Formats: sequence, structure tokens, C-alpha cells
Amino acid sequence: MRLELRDITKRFPGVLANDRISVSADKGEVLGMLGENGAGKTTLMNILSGLYRPDSGEIVIEGTPRTFDDPAAAIRAGVGMVHQHFMLVPVFDVVEAVALGSEPVTGALGTFNRAEARRRIVELSEQYKLNVPPDAKIESLPVGVRQRVEILKALYRKSDILVLDEPSAVLTPHETEELFSIIRSLAKAGTTVIFITHKLNEVLAVADKIVVLRRGRVAGTTTPQETSRQALANMMVGRDVELIVPKGPAKPGEVVLSITDLEVRDDRLEVAVKGIDLDVRAGEIVAIAGVQGNGQTELIEAIVGLRAVDAGTINIAGHDIGHPSPRMVSDLGVAHIPEDRGRDGLIPYMTVADNYILDSYHNAPYSRRGVFDLKAVSERARQGVEDFDIRTPSIETLAGALSGGNQQKVVVAREFSFPVKLVVAAQPTRGLDVGSIEYIHRRIVEQRDRGAAILIVSTELDEILAVGDRIAVMYDGQIVGILEGESATYENLGLLMGGAEFGVGTAA
Amino acid sequence: MNLLRSLARRALLPGLSVLSALILGGVGIIITDFDHLSQLGSDPLVAIGGAVSGVFNGYGAMIAGAFGDPSRIATALQTGNERDIATAIRPLTETLVAAMPLIFVGLAVAISFRAGMFNIGGDGQLILGALGATIVAIALQTSGLPSLVILVLAIAASVVAGALWGFIPGFLKARTGAHEVITTIMLNYVAAQIVLFALIGPFLRQAGSSQPISKSMTWVDVPPIVTLPAIRLDWGFVVALVMAGVVSWLLFKTTKGFELRAAGFSPTAARYAGMSAGGSMMLAMSLSGALAGMGGGFMVIGTVGQLSNDLSGGIGFNAIALALLAGLRPSGVVLAALLFGALTTGGKEMGIQTGIPFDLLFFIIALVIMFVAAPGLIRSIWRVRVKPAADVPSMAPSAPAGTV
Repeated sequence: MRLELRDITKRFPGVLANDRISVSADKGEVLGMLGENGAGKTTLMNILSGLYRPDSGEIVIEGTPRTFDDPAAAIRAGVGMVHQHFMLVPVFDVVEAVALGSEPVTGALGTFNRAEARRRIVELSEQYKLNVPPDAKIESLPVGVRQRVEILKALYRKSDILVLDEPSAVLTPHETEELFSIIRSLAKAGTTVIFITHKLNEVLAVADKIVVLRRGRVAGTTTPQETSRQALANMMVGRDVELIVPKGPAKPGEVVLSITDLEVRDDRLEVAVKGIDLDVRAGEIVAIAGVQGNGQTELIEAIVGLRAVDAGTINIAGHDIGHPSPRMVSDLGVAHIPEDRGRDGLIPYMTVADNYILDSYHNAPYSRRGVFDLKAVSERARQGVEDFDIRTPSIETLAGALSGGNQQKVVVAREFSFPVKLVVAAQPTRGLDVGSIEYIHRRIVEQRDRGAAILIVSTELDEILAVGDRIAVMYDGQIVGILEGESATYENLGLLMGGAEFGVGTAA
Repeated sequence: MNLLRSLARRALLPGLSVLSALILGGVGIIITDFDHLSQLGSDPLVAIGGAVSGVFNGYGAMIAGAFGDPSRIATALQTGNERDIATAIRPLTETLVAAMPLIFVGLAVAISFRAGMFNIGGDGQLILGALGATIVAIALQTSGLPSLVILVLAIAASVVAGALWGFIPGFLKARTGAHEVITTIMLNYVAAQIVLFALIGPFLRQAGSSQPISKSMTWVDVPPIVTLPAIRLDWGFVVALVMAGVVSWLLFKTTKGFELRAAGFSPTAARYAGMSAGGSMMLAMSLSGALAGMGGGFMVIGTVGQLSNDLSGGIGFNAIALALLAGLRPSGVVLAALLFGALTTGGKEMGIQTGIPFDLLFFIIALVIMFVAAPGLIRSIWRVRVKPAADVPSMAPSAPAGTV
């Protein structure tokens, strides 16, 4: 069905989230909606799915203006939503989870007609090649399949307009490919697909039409044929950005981090890191690629002293880390940018200044003999805010009130506020917009050029390829290959990440 | 100006919580006023009017009982008659006397909550502190030491005993993950039994008494602030105020306080930043117990003068309410303790003057707790738009188990 959003405006206290946004998508068209965090994508989709009502403007489906009082009304009008966070009952099987809320019933008592539901689900699954096992429990399914269950749920409710909100955030590159082919076959069958993302490659790969939002407005409408990654990025940010931060060739010096035969167990006491050897030298960036959950988290935690080493050794700047503690490691000159900044990297309920000193509060000039020099703290914090261009009303603002990009800048500013020998960064740009990614990468490269050894873990191939001087791929707790930055491509990294044997020289 | 505005903003929700509780308390007074309500059939206007005026009489008596009569105080001060002055200011000083242990235990609760530890054990820590002070004071009765030295040693003993009783749940939490809410509640019972046991023996017990109460410790006292007959207010109250300053300094000006607050908000982030979450737990609970114990020490040596097993009288629980009302700020704890002290002292007077049961106070205090714990409710009742105070840990379950 043809969907039109006309002059949609939505205002929240202090923010104009959507400012006269008009977009349209034809039957069978894939509309890619691109924008940074806070550009108004999610607000717009919440309006379309009946969660919010617009202040003005209208939703027109097949030429008829519609108002949605609640999500149920949107579903009745044929708008199906697949949220970033799945809404499935984990202990249900696929048939139950999909039918929940619109179960076919039989008899006077309205008994659930499982056979009927199952028949339709199998039929839809085959028609769109969703390949979903109807009797499997949701909790036993991998994330990619769960997402297909969500899509199935929307189709089961006869959605002609399917909205996917950041669908690839949780998927492996391979699963993303599968998703794209499903989207294409849905579109071919006449479904209108709206695909929301902040990833440039994805809109280029799958969309027929691209709408870029910036600060609540439509910044431009284009097609993959007419545009490029660079043009889209500029449109998103509103200025010229560097997708790949320029950096000179690495000048590797002495070995700063040396890992041999490392074994580490995860929280369930299973061996997660299975014998890793890796050296990182001063002045080089080693990027570890891999699908989430292949031991990267445990590797990083072991290096920074948060997780006990089961076997093997970690040597940082000539010191063997036997029974490590985070403080000991950080005192050796190690900066750590944690994977989950909201939980581990900073404390949202404390101020920017407090977060700026979170791991060095016990040192001069911040404190002496256990008593703070609050003037020194605020001076240094203010300096950090200025140096790292952190957008905050003041250093007394709670860190949780800042945008994701600015929160991460607080973490990076803190970690780089003292001279570092080794930078360990896990997913340093996850969930950040193009402008912030550029900024963080620039700062990391700057540290490298200053002579720090850098180890980055990322699941984003774009990031790996942009910053890695050497690229190691982790699969199932092991390093399955190390490539020089120039010789790495999406293809050979993708193969390694999927666990394929690969004969390229392990140049460690 | 900015400071005033931020103070007003902080005080708005707690103030409205108390006001709401008092209004509902008034409703409670009306619907339990059977004398007037029984006339509802015959003379509804008189019945309702009488019941409503009963509320005003009751709260009027409460205010007079808590603060005294200003004109009477002025007259007494003019005449300069000691006895008159004492009678006139006694309501006010009794309010401060009631507030003193509440400040200590309120600070104890605040410091532990700030560190993410929900110390429900104020009662136990207070009474064990009191026991420690009593043992030392009685042991030194015939030592010939000056009264002031005995006092200092007794208070020191109360601090140590309280700290130990706080340390135990902190240690158990840090080492084994045992939830401090459970352990502190249970340790309250253990503490009560220990005190009862100690009071059975001849060492502490008042000779000839059939009740489990200790000897009256007449040979040691906390020096009074003003020497007037029947005025109990002593320097313990001043020490309580000083402790509020110390706790504030500790929390906001020292690295230990920073560690406590960081661990309270996010044990994982604290761990990532190289702090020892377990160490913070044990420190916070020990400090918390020490403060509560000190309160018990000052009560038993100073204002009360002898140990009984019901010394605390629910201070530990009221302190939780007032610490939350205070937004876990030491200055707020002092204000809230004064309010609760006034409610307690005035409530007794209200009971004597008007026959409204003293138990109404528990009803009002319970409502205060409820409203403070449900800020959304207050916001919607009073239609105010204030952001909830986000700079203190939430009441959500605290740190995950076993993070040392």
C-alpha cells in the first residue's frame, strides 16, 4: 500500500522532534530512512505505529488520511513494526509467540486453534523464505531468527507496511545479508518496507529510495544510484565528514602488550578465550574483528584486570599481570574504553566532573591524602570538556543527561587525560552517529601517533577497516587470522568471522 | 538566588509529602472521632464541624507541644525565673532531645544508602552502641576517673560496638552476597536478645528491679547545654549536628566518600574504575553502624540515663523514612529529624490534651514514607512538575551479589 506522511510535526518539551516531515513510499518500495541519533527517526516511526500522535500533519494510506489512537489501530490499518528490542515471550514457541494477541479460536469457549495458527505461520514462512522453525522455543533461537519471528508476527497480522527499526544492530554480517534478501522478497510481493538505520552501507544496499533526516527535518531525498556513502554522510551530519579518518602508516615500536597462550573463562565458567597469542606494539592499532560473543569481551576484561587469567600470560609494558586488579593495570598507563559505557564506562547519575575523574580521583592533582581539591577537579574537568568538545550545559550536569556521543567523549576524555602507553577500546563507537565516530577515531589515531599501543575490539567492519593497522579476527575464542590493514576486505574478514579456515599468513 | 531556588526545588516534594501525610492524618482524626460522628444522624452540621475542629485542636496541641508557646517563653525570659523558663522552653528542648538520636541514625541510613547498602539495622546498631556505652560506664563507676573521661570512653565504646554490628552485614554482603536488607533486619533481633541477656545479669541490672533495665548512671552524664531544672537537652545534640557536617564532608569532599557514592550508583562502573566495591560496602556499613551506635551511646548516657531493651522505640525505622525524606543529604537529615522530633514530642502532647491517640503518629509517619517512596504520586496529586532527585541511588535492589 502507498504510504504518505504529510507535514508531520511533533514537539516535546524543549525539542522539536519532527518538523514538517513529509515522506512517501509506494507499494512494494523499500524506503531507507537514514539519520543520526536524535534526528527524529524514532519519533516519526512511533507516530506511524500509533504510539504518539502528531501535533500536526497527517498519515495517508492509499489516499485515505488515518489517525491512530493506539498501536492496535496502526496494526489494523496494516502497519507492522519490528522494534530494535524484540517483543517476544521467551518461553513461548514460535507459533504461540506469533499468534499471541490474534489467535485463531474454535468452539464456544474460544479455544486456541493451534493447528490453524501453525498452518498459516508455516505458509508465510515458506512464502517469504523466512525459514522459521514453528515449534522451537523463542529462547532457543539465535537473534537473527528471532528477528525473522518478529517479521513473521507483523506479516501474520496482515501488515502491508513493515517498519524495521535499526534491524541490523544485533545481527552478524551474514544474518544482515539474509535479512536484506528477505526484505527484497517482501517488497517484490508488494509489501512496503520502511527501513530505519544510521548505517550508510545498509541503505545503499537495500533501499529503493533514501530519506535523510537531520535535526527533525528532511535533509534530502535520494536513491542509491544517485548518491554515495560520502554524500549521505555529509547530508546526515550537515557538514563534510571524514568517514575514514586520515592516518599515516603505522610506525610500530617496541611491544607494549604481549599475550601468550591466554585462556580465560566467562561468567558461566566455560572457557571463552582458548589460547590466544597476540602482540600489540607502540604506535600501531590492532583491531580485533569478530561477531559478538566469540570471546572478545573476556579477552579485554582479562587485559584490563577485571577477569582472572586461567592460563597463559599477559604482559603490559614489561610487567607480567599475575593477579591483576583494574587499578594496577590502569597505573601501568592503560586507558580502557569499556564496551557498555552506560553501565561500566560512566555513572549516569554522577556529574560530568565526577565521571571525568572516575578512575584517577585518588591521584594528584584531584586529591591529596584522601581529600579532594575541588578547584583542581573542576579546572581539569572544564579543560577536558573544552578539549574534547563535549556538549554539556556545565560540568555539574549529570552524565546521563548527555547524548550518547557526548557520554562517550567524557569517557575518552577521561581515559586520555593522563599519558597512556596502551589503549584498550571495546566497541568505542557503538551506537554513535557519524560525526562522533569521526571524532573518536581521530582521537584514537592521535594517541597512536603519540606512541601508544592501541587494541580495539569492534563488531563493525567499517570501524575495523577504518582504523586497523593490523586486523585480527576472533572466532570461537581463538584468533583465526591476522591480516595487514591494507589487505583486509569485507569479504575476507566476513569469511573469517564466520569461522571459515583461511590460509593467510598469521603475521603476529 | 540560584541556590535558594534549588533549595526550594529540593524541598518541594518532601514538603508536599509531609503536608499530604498530615492532611490524611486529619482525615484519620475525623473518621475516628466517634463522639462527633455518632451525632451525624441527629445533627450532621455539628457532627462534621466538631470533627473538623477536632483536627485543628489536635494539630494545634501538637504544634504547642512541640515548640512551646512563644509569648510564654518571652514572659518567662523577662521575669528570669528559672523554673518558669524551664517550663516554657521544655517543649522545644524535648523536640531537640527527640531529634538527637534521629539525626545520628538518619545520618547512618543516609551514608549506607548513598553507598547502595540498604541498612535496615539502625535499631540493632543503636542498641548495641548503647549497650557498649553502658558496660563501659558501669565498669568504670568506681574507677575514680573524672566523669568526662568516662563519658568519652563510653561513647567510644558505643561507636566501636555499633561499627562492628554494621560491619557484619557489610562483610557478609561483600564476601558472600548475602543481602544486607535481610541480614540487618535479622541482626536487629539478635541485638535485642543480646541486650536483654546482658540486662538479666547482676552486672548491669538495676538492683531490685523486676524489669530488664540497667542501673541509673548518675555518676556520668553528657553536659547540658543550659543548666535548668528538667531540661534534658545536652551536648549530644551538638555532636549530632557536628556529625552531620562530618558526614557531608566525608561524602562530598573526600575520595572515600567518592568511592562510596560511585559504588552506590553503579558497582560495576566503580569496579571498572579500579575501586573495590566490597571495600566500599564494608566501610559504608561500618560507618553507618558507628553513627547509629554513637546515637545510642548519647541516649543512654545523656538523655535517658539508663539502658532498657526498648531504648530505641522504633528510631531505626523512623530514621529510614526521614533519611529518604531528606534526599539522603546530611543537612536534610537534620531538618527531617527536627520535624520527626517535633511530631513525636507534639504527638504525645496532642494525646494528653485532646485524647487523639499517639498512634496516629505512626500512621502519619507511614504515610510520609509512602509518599516519599512514590514521588510520582505526589507530583500528580499536587500537579507539580519537578524532576525527581536523580543524584541519589534509587530504591531499586542494590549491587549484584559477590562483587568484591
